[in-house]
Amino acid sequence: MSAPLAPGAAAQIPSDAAWLLVFACWLVATSATLGALFFSEVMELPPCTLCWYQRIFMFPLVLLLPMGLFPFDAKVVRFALPLALAGWLVSIFQVLLVAGWIPESIRPCSQGVPCSEVQVEWLGFVNIPLLSFLAFSTMNALLVAAHLRSKR
Amino acid sequence: MSRKSKRNQATQDAPAPQAPARSGGISRRSLFIAAVAALLLAFVSGALFYSSEKAQAAQRLAAKNRELLASAHSPSYGNADAKVHIVEFLDPACETCAVFYGHVKKLMADNPGRIRLSTRHVPLHQGSEHVVRMLESARAQDKYWEALAAVFAGQDRWTLNHRVYPERAWPALEGLGLDLERVRREMNAADVAARMERDAADARTLGVTKTPEYFVNGRPLPRFGLEELQALVREELRSAYK
Repeated sequence: MSAPLAPGAAAQIPSDAAWLLVFACWLVATSATLGALFFSEVMELPPCTLCWYQRIFMFPLVLLLPMGLFPFDAKVVRFALPLALAGWLVSIFQVLLVAGWIPESIRPCSQGVPCSEVQVEWLGFVNIPLLSFLAFSTMNALLVAAHLRSKR
Repeated sequence: MSRKSKRNQATQDAPAPQAPARSGGISRRSLFIAAVAALLLAFVSGALFYSSEKAQAAQRLAAKNRELLASAHSPSYGNADAKVHIVEFLDPACETCAVFYGHVKKLMADNPGRIRLSTRHVPLHQGSEHVVRMLESARAQDKYWEALAAVFAGQDRWTLNHRVYPERAWPALEGLGLDLERVRREMNAADVAARMERDAADARTLGVTKTPEYFVNGRPLPRFGLEELQALVREELRSAYK
């Protein structure tokens, strides 16, 4: 079994790393999705409009990334990255909103739950928008790394 | 060149799941399945833990509530000896309060003499404080319940898109036999302000941030909803009148 694979062995090492990177990205997406569902469905915190936009970019990755894992197809990065980037931009916007760096007048959500309202806070600074920002940042980094690895 | 090698690599990798030995002993597939199982388990056990914690916190709150809820200054309706006591925190400008008021009245009518209702005022809408003053002032003329029902019934004429137009609430009080001049004169009295202050303080202590909020014999609703309220009242009726 190993003999016919020998010529491709050099390419297998980076692709194994790429597989693990995409898998790690899926782990982040799934943890974030379950976390978001925990906040809204179990803790019954109403999601604000910006949260919904971030969910729109996060939730599909839970199903999309495994499609590229089995069997491994490095092109999955091409399909996942636009979603991860868009979600990342929305999360940056909300983090700035919560921090008060974006002024009142251009806040997009005036009805329902204000997106600048902090509903949950741990250690005095960890809140839900920050978690979302960290998740999207990590996912983008992992996807870019997977892309670079598989290119080599 | 890199594009081409990538394509080659993808085709070479296609049979990867059939070669489990490559990823250090455990196959990719079982790693993935284990991760799915672990995440789902964490979610479900977290949800179960959270809801049991919440139920316990509600019980603790209920025990603490009793003295705060038994407020002698609050308007009370129904048989004073009833064994089921509903305490409702309401805002006269709140639409859900107006809808639920009818259901609470029906619960009381269906169980004559067994339910008592007390109301506390939490004017969360801007401007509804004025209407609370009108209601508090109507109590001096023994017309509080009539005034409350009239204010709820005519709510859509003095609120618009959650905005309160307090002056428009006055016509709702006509025809109840109230001396409206006296209501106007007394609504700014010190005792009205003191009662409103007390309601606001108790609402803060009890964590009432939304209206309507109900406590049935000191027990809060496990989660907000008409069915939950009816179930809680039924439960208390069953244990009080066996």
